[in-house]
Amino acid sequence: MFSPVPMPPHENRVAFPTECTPPGHTHALHPTVTETPVITTSGLTKIYRSHRSRGREVTALDGVDLHVREGEVYGVIGQSGAGKSSLIRCVNLLERPTAGTVTVAGQDLTALAGRGPRASRELRQARSRIGMVFQHFNLLSSRTVQDNVELPLEILGRSGRQRSAKALELLDLVGLADKARAYPAQLSGGQKQRVGIARALAGDPKVLLSDEATSALDPETTRSILQLLRDLNRQLGLTVLLITHEMDVVKSVCDSAALMANGRIVESGTVSELLATPGSELASALFPVGGEATGDDRTVVDVTFHGEAATQPVISQLSRTYNIDISILGAAIDTVGGLQVGRMRIELPGRYEDNVVPIGFLREQGLQIDVVGQEPASVLVKEGAK
Amino acid sequence: MTWSEMQPLLAQACWDTLYMVGWSTLIAVVGGLPLGVLLVLTDRGGLLQNVLASKVIGQIVNVARSLPFIILMVALMGFTRTITGTTIGREAAIVPLAVGAIPFFARLVETAVREVDGGLVEAVQSMGGNTWTIVRKVLVPESLPSLIAGTTTTIVALIGYSAMAGTVGAGGLGDIAVRYGYQRFETELMWITVAVLAVAISLIQFAGDHAARALHRRAGTSGPAPRLRLLKASTATSKTV
Ligand SMILES: Nc1ncnc2c1ncn2[C@@H]1O[C@H](COP(=O)(O)OP(=O)(O)O)[C@@H](O)[C@H]1O
Ligand SMILES: [Mg+2]
Repeated sequence: MFSPVPMPPHENRVAFPTECTPPGHTHALHPTVTETPVITTSGLTKIYRSHRSRGREVTALDGVDLHVREGEVYGVIGQSGAGKSSLIRCVNLLERPTAGTVTVAGQDLTALAGRGPRASRELRQARSRIGMVFQHFNLLSSRTVQDNVELPLEILGRSGRQRSAKALELLDLVGLADKARAYPAQLSGGQKQRVGIARALAGDPKVLLSDEATSALDPETTRSILQLLRDLNRQLGLTVLLITHEMDVVKSVCDSAALMANGRIVESGTVSELLATPGSELASALFPVGGEATGDDRTVVDVTFHGEAATQPVISQLSRTYNIDISILGAAIDTVGGLQVGRMRIELPGRYEDNVVPIGFLREQGLQIDVVGQEPASVLVKEGAK
Repeated sequence: MTWSEMQPLLAQACWDTLYMVGWSTLIAVVGGLPLGVLLVLTDRGGLLQNVLASKVIGQIVNVARSLPFIILMVALMGFTRTITGTTIGREAAIVPLAVGAIPFFARLVETAVREVDGGLVEAVQSMGGNTWTIVRKVLVPESLPSLIAGTTTTIVALIGYSAMAGTVGAGGLGDIAVRYGYQRFETELMWITVAVLAVAISLIQFAGDHAARALHRRAGTSGPAPRLRLLKASTATSKTV
């Protein structure tokens, strides 16, 4: 039933280490995810030369290859200034890429763009099939909730009756049927974002882009909005590309994720691939275990197991076989992207060089082993909202 | 001068002022609104960025706006005659009034439209809207409270200018005040004129303020409602939220 996901080959994607897949590892992806690529960028580069950067060149995107499959929730995470917003704005060409191509639902948008700075008719038509939600909601304060949701339909030239039927249906879908006649100023942040989502869905898009849609909301509201996005993804088969700086967002809704830094994608893959990747920054940020080494001549090792894999016998076996005392510094079990993951941080006496054999033993048991301090340092992705 | 003598004079003067101010306001709004929007759109980083056009329009607007009205009136006499066939009277006064008010209103429109959140423009672009859609559905409706405040300011300014136009035979309240009050020492009539003007201006301001504030409250945008800076600068600054 489970098969490693064949990925289009490209350098940014983390290779799937099949030998590390522990027993009992199940396919985390829900049935709506197919292998059809919906959003593909290749060599996407954006260099700003605007007056805002005072004539200086700012390379916001540096050859980004992104592959989002149909029906998945794909999260892009990274620090402020990493280029996340530039990336998502290039996907519907709100920002014109300096180089590279963007393909959405099989259509090369970069080819539609035309020469001048203004969007061609074809590009505008393509945009109307891509929904977008914003951090600050961007609702028109002069219109009621219903009229806001009808706006994309006005642009599409639908009749008044069609518009209001569709708007009411969508407001019902996002749980705001009773607010149709309210003005945005009368709504809470979470309600405004629901209107934003309803509006983004008005043109029946296959793809939803979300730039920090929950960053202006409190944690409780964030959860409910993420839940809504997840439900829409499942019910409508909507592909969601979301930008965030919060690991929790990726953890709770994403099927796949990419980590951005300095305009590049440094890691990407499905959540289960990432968790199975030794030294993955995203994986350790998604699922951190605490615990410091108790002394200098100690080796700290993170053991990751998926599903039902039992580590306890392995640890005691290790202890017996090599006659070493193992202390457990920390352990946790959590659900990441619908997948049960356990992680344990253990400490072995002696330096890394002294423990090559026991660590090799652990690897042979099919467990994913990260030696803390040996691999590139794990950096938690953290940043303040913009 | 008795009241029965003054009454027809005043009635005619009020009507003349209303006529001049009404038409020139209408022309100023019709001409100034697109011009103001164009100033924003053609500016650097605007949707129709065209630095040359923006500079040229901006410069024309600046010059036209800073010319003293009395000079504008004289300078435009040839133009006025081509349009109305005369340089004297109510109709003739409307031409320089409108020409002076268009750039005045255009600048107010520009300021109002610039305050519209760029995120809204982006949202409509992401839906596939073109520039015209953005102007109609975002820029104008979202800046409506400020546009109404700007229109009120323009009307009040035009009442002032129309008094000057009165001196070239256009009639109106300003004309009466000068002819009877200044030249014939009919101080009573002059004071009545002043009172009528004061009441009219207050009413217009009240109505404009009220409309702008009602729209503004509905929109719920933070900060104080757009106020008229022309005559009420003190209240506008003291009434911050
Ligand atoms: N319109 C612009 N003009 C000039 N520089 C920009 C512009 N937009 C973004 N940048 C720069 O590009 C880089 C990436 O920005 P952005 O894509 O917003 O990152 P993120 O969303 O990850 O915070 C930053 O250095 C930012 O200052
Ligand atoms: Mg951003």
